[in-house]
Amino acid sequence: MTDPSLPAPESWRDWLLTAEPHSRHQARLGRAYVTWRRFSDNHLAVTGLLIIVALVLVAVFADVLAPHSATFGNLAGARLLPPGSPGFLLGTDDQGRDILSRLIVGSRITLAVVALVAIIAAPVGLLIGTVAGFAGGYVDAVLMRITDIFLAFPKLILALAFVAALGPGIENAVIAIALTSWPPYARLARAETLGVRNSDYIAAVRLMGASPARIVVRHIMPMCLSSLIVRVTLDMAGIILTAAGLGFLGLGAQPPMPEWGTMIASGRRFILDQWWVVTMPGLAILVVSLGFNLLGDGLRDSLDPREAGR
Amino acid sequence: MTIRIENLSVSFDGFRALNSVSIAVDKGESFGLVGESGSGKSTLLRAVSGLAPVSGGTIAVNGEALTGSRRSRAFRRAVQMVFQDPYASLHPRQTVDRQLLEPLAIHGIGDTERRILQALDEVGLGHSFRFRYPHQLSGGQRQRVAIARALIVEPAILLLDEPTSALDASVQAEVLNLLEEVRGRHNLTFVMVSHDLGVVTHMCSRLAVMKAGEVVETLAAADLAGGRMVSDYTRQLMVASKGFSREAVPG
Amino acid sequence: MKPLLTVRNLSVTYPTRTGIVEAVRGISFELGRERLGIVGESGSGKSQTGRAIMGLTPPPGIVRADTLSFSGIDLTQAGPAAWRDMRGSRMAMILQDPKFSLNPVMTIGRQITETLRRHENVTKREARRRALEMLEAVQITDPERVFGLYPFEVSGGMGQRAMIAMMLVCGPELLIADEPTSALDVTVQLEVLGILDRLVRDNGMGLIFISHDLRLVSSFCDRVLVMYAGRIVEELATADLSSAKHPYTQGLLDCTPRIGESRHPLPVLERQKEWAA
Repeated sequence: MTDPSLPAPESWRDWLLTAEPHSRHQARLGRAYVTWRRFSDNHLAVTGLLIIVALVLVAVFADVLAPHSATFGNLAGARLLPPGSPGFLLGTDDQGRDILSRLIVGSRITLAVVALVAIIAAPVGLLIGTVAGFAGGYVDAVLMRITDIFLAFPKLILALAFVAALGPGIENAVIAIALTSWPPYARLARAETLGVRNSDYIAAVRLMGASPARIVVRHIMPMCLSSLIVRVTLDMAGIILTAAGLGFLGLGAQPPMPEWGTMIASGRRFILDQWWVVTMPGLAILVVSLGFNLLGDGLRDSLDPREAGR
Repeated sequence: MTIRIENLSVSFDGFRALNSVSIAVDKGESFGLVGESGSGKSTLLRAVSGLAPVSGGTIAVNGEALTGSRRSRAFRRAVQMVFQDPYASLHPRQTVDRQLLEPLAIHGIGDTERRILQALDEVGLGHSFRFRYPHQLSGGQRQRVAIARALIVEPAILLLDEPTSALDASVQAEVLNLLEEVRGRHNLTFVMVSHDLGVVTHMCSRLAVMKAGEVVETLAAADLAGGRMVSDYTRQLMVASKGFSREAVPG
Repeated sequence: MKPLLTVRNLSVTYPTRTGIVEAVRGISFELGRERLGIVGESGSGKSQTGRAIMGLTPPPGIVRADTLSFSGIDLTQAGPAAWRDMRGSRMAMILQDPKFSLNPVMTIGRQITETLRRHENVTKREARRRALEMLEAVQITDPERVFGLYPFEVSGGMGQRAMIAMMLVCGPELLIADEPTSALDVTVQLEVLGILDRLVRDNGMGLIFISHDLRLVSSFCDRVLVMYAGRIVEELATADLSSAKHPYTQGLLDCTPRIGESRHPLPVLERQKEWAA
């Protein structure tokens, strides 16, 4: 029996929203919670999030979820079966492989591509942008001209060139896409840095004797993070499409890898009569791109404007 | 610690913000810089702290000549600044605790837990403020945090750039009292910039009146209050501070 | 004498995510052809009052009043078209910082003539003449030159005078000035106040002067309303300010450092819960 003289335990919500946090941990979690509430008010954004979460879960549990093998098909009896055929929900392709299983296993590749590009390109762009913005002078000029050079090339063409030089394959496609993705992040980070550089709180830290490296990493980069996160999320759709495009051109994932773009490439012969071979992977790309776009939009609304003043 | 500024000139892109300014501040003194916008008073503070480019003249703090924008580690501990806008002087993404920890971390000062709590006590903020973010604080509370941040490294000189002009009158009184108390307790040297003669005469014993990048007059606060000023401009400022009256309006 | 503006039980509320914010909580006052000061600190609701009277409360703010009437017109019932006709020609507002209240991409002269031509049927030439006249009336020594300048090309004091010219060119009966001199240097403040003083006197306007500076307001206005937490806590003639009854008013008067006085430490306002009741 509970002792009535003890105070009732605080609810989680109260603990997070308290105006007097008792630790760094509590303060940070509380702030994250407030951001989450703002985000979750936007239903489209939550839809986007759910799609991405679904993608991640499918990728993680692909082995369990896929009803058939993604690489070995029933050449003899199951070629080009239409969707709805018994055992093959989305039909089969020209090698008798179950399209659904291929999509499920292929989600891993999609997710890996997106994650790797983000992990490589975003930090590089952030670093170059903040250093350029903070240092100014010829450091800024040199770094920005390098950025301009990369920006001058159309993404797909440059990725093509890299892949052609490095050889086809999904790993090289990832490197190529990452190499072409970082310039916009550098520009974004630089713009934010320029805006923040002359503010009083940076002057205060400078007056304490902080080294430029410390100022950039500990004080300026956190200010750039929100817009960077939003931009990266919105770019993910484009990255998927670029990877798919490279796959389509035969320069990304190689068969029999069930990468969605490669699936479209190898299925294009059948587009008129056996439309499902091409359409299913296409729809998968569409849904995931949409998910990232909705998520990115939602993040922009919940992360940026009010945080700027708060 | 003394501050000796001789014939200091500061130019930004060809614009002369300070024109051969000379000021001397003794140890433990509270010195005021008064003037209107464009007088260069804030620029003077920034030049001392290394935030503004010097184009001529010398600055010496405690006998040590300061050149360019670089300042020694010792200087960075001995001289701290409090800024005008409480809404811009704290990092918006860091808690109070983190912002008080930063100067300690930079200077390698240990015993951080005790020092942070002590700093909060000294500026009259309870420990419950420790993990709040700036947007959860009022203007007066933010300014107290800014003062705590400046004091936590135990400086000898405090440069104050209009520390209360963005605050409500009642909050201003509290912050001014706090500054006075702190100054007395640690025997600090103050250089305070303000456009408000009432604030400057209250807080400072001597002051320099500046206009368009030059020092018009240097006098004791008591002399200003007593109307014993030499320059007409200073007299004009005095009159304007008293409020509106039909006779006071020129023309 | 019929009052120019009658306000009874005015309230301005903002619904927010965390609850309802009551910026103004049931205030009442009257304004004749006189100068009324509204003094308060940030959050007192003084600016919100001014905006409510001008119909400029930003959404999602809700304005309610038992009576809000200007020169016989019921403002609570006025539609957007009626407001547009009134603003600029019969009631005008001057804001704090001309940097933010003047259109940066239009010349000063153009902004003044635009106001004039919106409300009166005048030719371009006539509008220009009157604009120049107005610029002279606000003591701008070279009106022809300033007419063609952009707001960023003039100093703060001149920009504020241009703003006054723009707002008064149609000869309104009511002028609301929201911290008109707070962004200006002290010497410039005096000049601008002198101009306001003369224009208000010459045109017989009613003036509401909103400020945080009690001393300034008391030196300029005939009557003062002191606001705290959305309510009026005291209303008195400025001549009687030293005998203010409410502790908040007394506290505000006491806590500002004055030249020649030596009060260490300064008296501090002890806020009482009852004041916000």
